[in-house]
Amino acid sequence: MSTARKILIFGGVALALFGMLYGLHYAVFVEHQTLDGMGRSLTLAFTCGAARNLPEAQGYIHGYADTKYKYVRQVDVHSHWIGLAMLMIVLGAAFDSAALGASMQKLVALSMLAGSIAFPLGVMLQTVTHGGALANGFAIGGSALVIMSLGLTAFGFARDAL
Amino acid sequence: MAVWGPTSPQGLEARLTQASGRPNPVQVAGTFSAMSAKRLLVFGGIALIAGGMLFGDIFAVFVLHQNGGETGAALLAATQAVAAQDGSAVQKSFAHIGALLEDRGTKVDTHVHMSDAGYLALLLALIQPYVALGGAKKKLLAIMFLAGGVALPVGIFLIHYVGLAHSPFAAIGWASVLADSAGALMIVALAGFAWGLLKHFASKREGTLEPELIRDRSWERRALLSGGTLLILAGFLHGAWYSWAQLYEHEARETRILTTMLDAAASNQAAVAAQSVNDFGMLAAQRAVQIAGHSHFIEFGLLAVLLSFVQPYIFLGAIWKRRWVKLLLLGSVLLPVFVLLELKLGLVAGGLADVGGLLVIVALIGMLAGVLRCTGELDSRDGELP
Repeated sequence: MSTARKILIFGGVALALFGMLYGLHYAVFVEHQTLDGMGRSLTLAFTCGAARNLPEAQGYIHGYADTKYKYVRQVDVHSHWIGLAMLMIVLGAAFDSAALGASMQKLVALSMLAGSIAFPLGVMLQTVTHGGALANGFAIGGSALVIMSLGLTAFGFARDAL
Repeated sequence: MAVWGPTSPQGLEARLTQASGRPNPVQVAGTFSAMSAKRLLVFGGIALIAGGMLFGDIFAVFVLHQNGGETGAALLAATQAVAAQDGSAVQKSFAHIGALLEDRGTKVDTHVHMSDAGYLALLLALIQPYVALGGAKKKLLAIMFLAGGVALPVGIFLIHYVGLAHSPFAAIGWASVLADSAGALMIVALAGFAWGLLKHFASKREGTLEPELIRDRSWERRALLSGGTLLILAGFLHGAWYSWAQLYEHEARETRILTTMLDAAASNQAAVAAQSVNDFGMLAAQRAVQIAGHSHFIEFGLLAVLLSFVQPYIFLGAIWKRRWVKLLLLGSVLLPVFVLLELKLGLVAGGLADVGGLLVIVALIGMLAGVLRCTGELDSRDGELP
């Protein structure tokens, strides 16, 4: 098995395990509480509106928006980590068919691994820093690495196909 | 029985591969033995994906839009309750919205979990040669995984209908228990396969325990590999564009709409409140189509790449094999593209997206029939093989 395939397959399995553990922790300790919080905030906002207490209603709407901002990203982290892991394993299985040189294959595999770790990590950091430079840098840089690796892989498969 | 053999393209595979780039039946039989874990996972995987997609298509046609309409009506009732200063009616409306969201959410989850269990099954079929366990153990793990893959979406689907009826738990119903147990069964099976993988790579064994799935260089395989990767790339590019251009704007707009809705309801401006409810529904639809477009591009791409490995086991004429591949790729492009155009082109785009989904389902069933023919032919001539 080539080094590039090992990076993709082992990296993918490790990332999938990490993503599943994160998902398990999230499902048991965070998700239900977060969903309850979102529902409660909206209900309380409208109940306050019915009582004509609009400043408090606004506070609940902002609370809802803040919780949803985190919820969307936490779900994205889980699904992207596992999705990227599956993609790495599948590409690892097929990587011999990518018409790229050995060193380029290794570079693509390393970029894919680095991007697949950094992109969801950046999204997770966004929930802590609410979009700080470091978090955005990880998310944007990671996704750029994944896209670049995928582009090169598609090029390799297309070259083999033609 | 474990088969020890060379795995490199220069080994047995390459020697047996015919000049056309297609494998011969002896080679196919050696890598796809009767009732093996690999065969079960390939069958089960394709069937689960086809089932998950069929459910998704039915959901999109018969449930999705109706559910959205009812949610909008419940939100409008909540604004009217605010205008009437009726706190208990507000609570009732939101309880109704919660039930509608649960109805929709469990159906989306059923579709996603059934399809994803299928993808995982195909993925597990690929790694079987590296799983250092006996044939019977592998088969048991495969059966456990597939049983969990069927029971998990069934359990999720039933959550909304069974609720907490006859449940001994305060917050978890029997359907959730079924879904969670099925999930646990799948985790145990995955852990078993992972243990086998670890054993294989920890040993200093040359080659694999059984032959890898054949890697031919047929047109079908190359088209699925390159087409699938391009679809995944398109999905990633679209996702990056969405998060850059629309995600934050959508989040800010949602807060603005809710504020306007509440202010209008509290000041008895019924028309403004109703418009805000419409705006809220439109925003939800805009988000939903972008996310559905993004995820379907990637999922269909992954499916195409996974199916490229199964091509040597589809015993159909070359013309039919190509037809199914073309149909699958065509449907894989049509569905996400027309989902994204749904808000611009309306029902026509929605219908074309559903047709795209149907094309993928038909292609999957066609390929599954080809795999069935392959196993039938191999098993019937089993005794004649060298």
